[in-house]
Amino acid sequence: MTTFVELLVNGISIGAVYALIALGFVIIFKATEVVNFAHASLLLAGGYLVARLWPVVGFWAALLIGIAAAALVAAAIEFLVIRRANVASHSVLAIVTIGVDIVITTELTRQIGTDVLAMGDPWGSQVVRFGGVTLAETRIVALVTAALLITAFLLAFKYTGWGVAMRAAAEDAETAALMGVRLGRVSMSAWAVAGALAAVAALFLCVFPTPGLDRSTSLVALKAFPAAILGGLDSTTGALVGGLVIGVTESMMSGYQNDMAFLGRGIGDVAPFLVMLVILLIRPAGLFGTKELARV
Amino acid sequence: MADLAVSDLVVGYGPVRALRGVSMRVPSGSIVAVLGANGAGKSTLLRAISGTLRFHRGSCQGAVTLGDQRLTGLAAASVVARGVVQVPEGRRVFARMTVEENLRAGGLGRPRREYAKAHDQVVELFPVLADRARQRAGLLSGGEQQMLAIGRALMAGPTTLLLDEPTLGLAPLMAARITETIKEINSLGTSVLLVEQNVAMALSLASHAYVLEVGEVVLEGTAAELRASDEVRRRYLGIADAVEGTLRTRTLSRWS
Repeated sequence: MTTFVELLVNGISIGAVYALIALGFVIIFKATEVVNFAHASLLLAGGYLVARLWPVVGFWAALLIGIAAAALVAAAIEFLVIRRANVASHSVLAIVTIGVDIVITTELTRQIGTDVLAMGDPWGSQVVRFGGVTLAETRIVALVTAALLITAFLLAFKYTGWGVAMRAAAEDAETAALMGVRLGRVSMSAWAVAGALAAVAALFLCVFPTPGLDRSTSLVALKAFPAAILGGLDSTTGALVGGLVIGVTESMMSGYQNDMAFLGRGIGDVAPFLVMLVILLIRPAGLFGTKELARV
Repeated sequence: MADLAVSDLVVGYGPVRALRGVSMRVPSGSIVAVLGANGAGKSTLLRAISGTLRFHRGSCQGAVTLGDQRLTGLAAASVVARGVVQVPEGRRVFARMTVEENLRAGGLGRPRREYAKAHDQVVELFPVLADRARQRAGLLSGGEQQMLAIGRALMAGPTTLLLDEPTLGLAPLMAARITETIKEINSLGTSVLLVEQNVAMALSLASHAYVLEVGEVVLEGTAAELRASDEVRRRYLGIADAVEGTLRTRTLSRWS
């Protein structure tokens, strides 16, 4: 039972981190209809800066710089590439983002080389015990931070002018423009927010019990893709639920893999994608994908 | 307040010419109607004014001006900021957002006090929007959606309102109600450029009207002149004068 609780809490915690990534992915899709395959490279860029800068400026300053830089890189991609591309279809832009991803990731991988970079976080490898349950401090911080960020984001999305503009543009860009919504600003801010969330996620993907940031970190980030897709690409709620589903599935499958030896080792890495496939077979638009609600 | 003027406007979608040298004028404080059948270029004209041609891969030459400001080439949001606001054809309310959020989307970027004032005006004009503030816009009836679409545009504080077929698909009673509202909005000082297929309704509202056909202005004049013109009576009002002998009912103008 304690193992189960540990795995569940760890799963929820890592799931919340996936949700941060998936949320960014969904925001970009909603605001610009672009499936952003460069998301993992944004995450890597943010994480890399934190890892390089903390010995110089301290952890918290490094974290802020990393978040700001990831937001800036994302905004720059929007401004320099996405906005200028005058293409007929958004799927072309999705492929353009693959190119951007390859460029950024290749350069960062070259910089990182074979190193494993510590994040310099204040939580280290401390653990907390509740009854018989042992949890890493980093996991609890990750869960709380992700929950706070997600709540703040959803409140802003619902109540601020920015959120209203964003939802209006997502629903009908032309009409939003007719109402005076500046689509360029909306889409750039969406990219920036997504970049910032990715940088925060990068931190928590690289702290204990993970040894640190290395060149495979962006592969870990790929697990957020099935989270966004199984939740429904255009649904923020979907991103949250999807993130949690993937996190818990992965944690449980890895934790109990000895009991499921017939499935082979490493089932934890495969499980998120299996879950995605099964859910898409049953609900092709994802769990919370757009259902039409309109009277004509 | 300034006159909205369109001069020598040529609009093309790729190789297709939708407007060929259209000029017209909306004097400050007036209601001007643009009439014409489907495909005459009415919606294209509005797109060119409101800066949304790029959503349809259109390009334009010629000029749209508001007073001495040039609107051509501006982004749609900048046109709105200068006081020219369009109510799109088919209403296009944000169906997944509430009525209140739709109004908010219309008034984004306005200072709080102006916003509150505009909101009061809109709710006074359309009390039903206050009753349904928290409902999703997609669940309103067609007429209510049209009210919301107009109210949403008014939130931006327009000096010139562009209306694209506001009575399309509405029950006669509701259409009459919308017509009254347009009169009321105009009486408060907003100029209106009204695009309509319902010629009788448009001519009853407007002081001046233009008839578009295949991208060109074929007729223009005061509403009274047009109402009296045989051409308009025959083509658009469905009134056939006996002079033409066998031809008694309405004719599809473009094949006549």
